[in-house]
Amino acid sequence: MTTATITPPAVPEATPSFTVTLMIRRFNPEVDAEPHWQDFDVELYATDRVLDALHKIKWEQDGTLSFRRSCAHGICGSDAMRINGRNRLACKTLIKDLDITKPVYVEAIKGLPLEKDLIVDMEPFFESFKAVQPFLVASTAPKDGKERIQTVAQRERFDDTTKCILCAACTSSCPVFWTDGQYFGPAAIVNAHRFIFDSRDDNAAVRLDILNDQEGVWRCRTTFNCTEACPRGIQVTQAIAEVKQAIMRGKP
Amino acid sequence: MPQQTAGTPTYQQKTTSRRPAGTLYRGREGMWSWVLHRITGVAIFFFLLVHILDTALVRVSPEAYNAVIGQYQTPIMGLGETALVAAIVFHAFNGLRIILIDFWNAKYQKVMFYVVIGLWVVTMLAFVPRHLTNVFNH
Repeated sequence: MTTATITPPAVPEATPSFTVTLMIRRFNPEVDAEPHWQDFDVELYATDRVLDALHKIKWEQDGTLSFRRSCAHGICGSDAMRINGRNRLACKTLIKDLDITKPVYVEAIKGLPLEKDLIVDMEPFFESFKAVQPFLVASTAPKDGKERIQTVAQRERFDDTTKCILCAACTSSCPVFWTDGQYFGPAAIVNAHRFIFDSRDDNAAVRLDILNDQEGVWRCRTTFNCTEACPRGIQVTQAIAEVKQAIMRGKP
Repeated sequence: MPQQTAGTPTYQQKTTSRRPAGTLYRGREGMWSWVLHRITGVAIFFFLLVHILDTALVRVSPEAYNAVIGQYQTPIMGLGETALVAAIVFHAFNGLRIILIDFWNAKYQKVMFYVVIGLWVVTMLAFVPRHLTNVFNH
């Protein structure tokens, strides 16, 4: 009979943490004439996100740091910002995916008026969104007075553009939008695409007419920054190209 | 803010650089192809402007026209012509790429960008040696 050896309880290995330097572009409209960079050292785990780093700074080091976030899980689209020169959601950017031997640069998205630190005025962005009528317009009564039936293929046609969370990462990554704020921008066109190609909608002609404008789809110069920036992986430039083709055909 | 003692790991350092501009947006193939397309497009526009003016000189006087056209035979203008052809070849091939993106499929834009670069290199390899021998031997 063997005696059972008592194994000592396994000591959980401490998860390694790293000191990460964040360079944040600060701007306080009541004090500063110009935005300036400020650096913070934060102790983080590889599984932390840039949003966690911002929380740590705000809660432990400098409470005046201002940024937007709501759900913190990539659904609400509040925390789009420029991280290391690219538009990303802070809540979907993991520390392990960044090069932490160098400072991580965090700044507000470009092309919209800067209000404070990482917060911009989103009003022009939402104005463009509203202008494309992003809602179902059905002038006919549904068959049998019940539902508007759609086949799987008809639903698939605009599936990609239903994923938009209106975070403005695409619109504020667009070089055309930076210099021409009148441009509708990728997000508005994506949301127009979502209804233009919806078989239940009857107002495609109106939306195509709105976007058939100098500041509409024809401003798109296919730089693909929007497609690279989209946190939902929407093929934004493809969607804009489809709207361009629909305008030339005169129908979706 | 009180000075932190050594060993306190994570406290803010009041700094720092006042760089008013933000970082350069780090776009990828699509953005840089667009930047090149713009630069070559503007360069070609200014060439065409000058070209129309020098051709119009023949209406003023044939001697003035000949004098100006004679300037184009110099090696410096020869090198300028190389740059002009380089710009036009890129602009032409990338223009076809943009047409394909808009009317065919945006999925292959990165591949198409490298195809454009490849075609540009091949065209320039065929053109530059012959052109420069002409420029420097005549």
